[in-house]
Amino acid sequence: MGKFFALLARIWEVLVRRVDSYLMAAALAIVGIGLITLFSASDQNISRVTSQVMSLGFALLLMWIVANIQPRQLARAALPLYILGVLLLIAVALGGTVVNGSRRWLNFGFARFQPSELMKIALPLMLAWYFQKHETRVRFRDFILAVALIAAPVWLIKREPDLGTALMIGASGFYVLYLAGLSWKIMLGLLVAAAAAAPLVWPHLHDYQQERILTFLDPARDPLGTGYHSTQASIALGSGGVIGKGWLNGTQTHLDFLPERHTDFIFAVFGEEFGLIGSALLLVLYLLLIGRAFVITMNASTLFARLTAGAITLMFFSYAFVNMAMVSGLLPIVGVPLPLISFGGTALVSLFIGLGILMSVQANRKLVKT
Amino acid sequence: MRRLFTNRDRPSTISGPELRDPQRELLHFRRRLLIAGAMVIVAFGGLLGRFVYLQLFQHSHYQTLAESNRIAIVPIVPNRGVMTDRNGVVLAQSYSAYTLEVTPSRVKNLDETIDGLATIVEVQARDRKRFKRLLEESKNFESLPLRTRLSDEEVARFAVNRYRFPGVEIKARLFRQYPFGEVASHVTGYISRINDKDVERIDAWNETANYKGSDYIGKVGVELAYERDLHGTTGWEEVEVDAGGRAVRTLSRTPPISGNNLKLALDIRLQQAAEQAFGDRRGALVAIEPATGDVLAFVSKPGFDPNLFVDGIDPTNWELLNESPDKPLLNRPLRGAYPPGSTIKPFLALAALTSGKRTAAQTIFDPGFYQIAGAAHRFRDDKPGGHGYVDMTKSIVVSCDTYYYMLAGETDIDDTHAFLSQFSFGRKTGIDVEGELLGVLPSRAWKRERFKDKWYLGDSISAGIGQGYNAFTPVQQAQAISIIANDGVALAPHLVKSIENVKDGSVRQIALQSTQALHVKPEHLAVIKNALVGVPREGTSAQAFVGTKYVSAGKTGTSQVYSLKGEKYSKQVDERLRDHAWYVAYAPADKPRIAIAVLVENGGFGAQAAAPIARAIFDYYLLGQKPRAPAVPGTGPREPEDESD
Repeated sequence: MGKFFALLARIWEVLVRRVDSYLMAAALAIVGIGLITLFSASDQNISRVTSQVMSLGFALLLMWIVANIQPRQLARAALPLYILGVLLLIAVALGGTVVNGSRRWLNFGFARFQPSELMKIALPLMLAWYFQKHETRVRFRDFILAVALIAAPVWLIKREPDLGTALMIGASGFYVLYLAGLSWKIMLGLLVAAAAAAPLVWPHLHDYQQERILTFLDPARDPLGTGYHSTQASIALGSGGVIGKGWLNGTQTHLDFLPERHTDFIFAVFGEEFGLIGSALLLVLYLLLIGRAFVITMNASTLFARLTAGAITLMFFSYAFVNMAMVSGLLPIVGVPLPLISFGGTALVSLFIGLGILMSVQANRKLVKT
Repeated sequence: MRRLFTNRDRPSTISGPELRDPQRELLHFRRRLLIAGAMVIVAFGGLLGRFVYLQLFQHSHYQTLAESNRIAIVPIVPNRGVMTDRNGVVLAQSYSAYTLEVTPSRVKNLDETIDGLATIVEVQARDRKRFKRLLEESKNFESLPLRTRLSDEEVARFAVNRYRFPGVEIKARLFRQYPFGEVASHVTGYISRINDKDVERIDAWNETANYKGSDYIGKVGVELAYERDLHGTTGWEEVEVDAGGRAVRTLSRTPPISGNNLKLALDIRLQQAAEQAFGDRRGALVAIEPATGDVLAFVSKPGFDPNLFVDGIDPTNWELLNESPDKPLLNRPLRGAYPPGSTIKPFLALAALTSGKRTAAQTIFDPGFYQIAGAAHRFRDDKPGGHGYVDMTKSIVVSCDTYYYMLAGETDIDDTHAFLSQFSFGRKTGIDVEGELLGVLPSRAWKRERFKDKWYLGDSISAGIGQGYNAFTPVQQAQAISIIANDGVALAPHLVKSIENVKDGSVRQIALQSTQALHVKPEHLAVIKNALVGVPREGTSAQAFVGTKYVSAGKTGTSQVYSLKGEKYSKQVDERLRDHAWYVAYAPADKPRIAIAVLVENGGFGAQAAAPIARAIFDYYLLGQKPRAPAVPGTGPREPEDESD
């Protein structure tokens, strides 16, 4: 008997050895909230929840594997992963599956896969690896190359079209540059350039993207058309009040007024049923997760680890912020899911891989002396 | 080469390969990370602020919006009251049927949707046309019927395909039905969809809320006049709806209160007999129970089928009705004014007795014409050579024109006007439906107003035999003869006898309304009534009343449409230029149960065309004998007649 328990304890130790308990606890709490909300958003149809739980199992497995890989090895994988990601994006452009008018998916017969999700991880890894490699000298051509590395996948994803993801991946690349020490002047210059380019970019946006931005500026413009999502989400949140309408009792949700309520607008479901208390609690959980990730980044041992961990941390933040800001009407509607909560297996897997990388960095913090 | 990445806050001018300071670099990285961290805090703080704003400060606003999203107040249309005749036979009722309704605001492509629906249920071209018209008239949040009266099979077929048609629904609606069709159509009138003018009417009643769910309103006849009794009180249902507008569950319900049921004074079998007696003749008939003012029959020929109007009449039928030269939509008893012809004579005789211008026994000599002193024109009597010596009774029985030319020559038109007004000539009788025409009872003031001219003696002479400016409606004629029959007591004629409140079962009788007391002496009235009995017995209508088992009283009349200038009628005279035939009568003479006025348009002499219809009515009403065939010949060419009335 004792031996058996010893074995169990040994297995447990192997399982948790490189798993960061703080990160894990915060992530699982958020996932738990997500499953509960998903059950409500699916009108108590358990099959969506089961599907999400299965994705979660797979995601946890991958997280564990990644957490057990040394950051050095991750760095070696950066270039191949990035190349693979770009190739897959090209494959999508050539023969991807069209869903809702966007060509975002690759169909492998047994499973569908969004290569843009791979890019979320591969791009920061790639850039971090590049800056680590050129740690001693970072010159203008390096910067140009970094911008090119960012621009290629961003352009491919933007033309799917998936503006939200393209912007988020562009942001993740930018985070690496920022953390690597890109001068403020250049960042300011980029900002000015972006503002100046806006009128030039505008005609190249899709009609629906232009609509979204116009609607954001004036939601009353077309309350039944493009403004509908935003208006109904605000109504859901606002009518939830402080304590919410209670689980499974959201009228906006259950009477079909809320669109996209499993995916991009799931926060409106949560906010309607759990109110301000719930919303604030979720913010706190995200803050704990991100805070822990910050600590891990702070203590990372190598430049590669720091840049990767920092970019992943800020990505988590960006996704959570942009989604909640969009649902609550602070930002225009861009298709960005709420991390760990929105329904969708691929996103869950890539997020947990990100967590696995953070855990790997944390486990290796003292292995290399700075 | 420019340095793009700084290792320090201070810009450095050192170029080229540089020795790195890992410690300092780490510090630098951490500073950047802290800045990012601060941004995270600020951003999440912003989110929290937004949540507090939405969920705390704006909560009640959004709560209201969510509730109005979720809760719809659905009016429940009350059952419209039933109309029956005096014996309880149903004249108008409502029944429930399924309609296919489209809410245009929720349909993306109307034409496509309608095409799709046409593959499931029958949608004819006229349904589309009607729908298009409704669409133009409506505010677009309403649901509009595309098809009415769906069969059970069609309902089932749509139910299966319903998911394909958002914004299209099957609804159970109440429809109005008039079982007798054309018979009594001008009495019941009809209901039809509410238009802008009706909305103004409803607003004026302060009934806007009560008509929220109502699509139909009374347009003419009793349906119009008693709209507020018939409509009822709208109920309300509070339902929870989903984003597609479909009701999920009922939260509360206030049941509607059905409209009041109307019992009409009309006897529908008498009405049917009367309409049958007309055959294909145009004309009007009003029968009144003298003692009560009950309108027993109210005929306007030709009629129309009120059922056509309920769903909104289609353009083809509308054109047929509206442009027919027979004017089936004209309510002749109420809105047709015709010269009374000789039917005015008993009333003028009564006026002469009352004023003392004549006594009953006083005789005049009729040479066959009348001449105004000093003028060349001869006012001719119908009988060539004249009636010889004529007293008042004979003047009515044989309808002697010369007697009345003379009388008119001696009487001031304003005195005549004042006296005849008592019989509601030139005034409203007060019948309980809208649109009653005044007709013309001429006077000096009237002529001044109408023609800006003074009154001439010749005007009086023409008016003296009911021609000239005189124009009375059949309702006025029936009312006048009914006043005589009722010994001078005038009661307002009414189509509705009692009103039943469905909710509490109480019945309100329409009170008898005496309109005006007649200032005549009974002995004078007796002279007139006696003379009127002579008309069907031995006078102008004797032929029509041969062998009756009751004693009736009546007076023929012929109103000129076209002056023949002394020529005889012939087959060549266009049917529509022939004279209108009148007969006013009551029976039994001693205790009248029914008083009627019959008008046959272009019927020729009253004795020939109108009196037989009166006979048929009396035979049916008093003896229960059903008329076998039309009581008058049809509208075809007829033989010349030289009989006088």
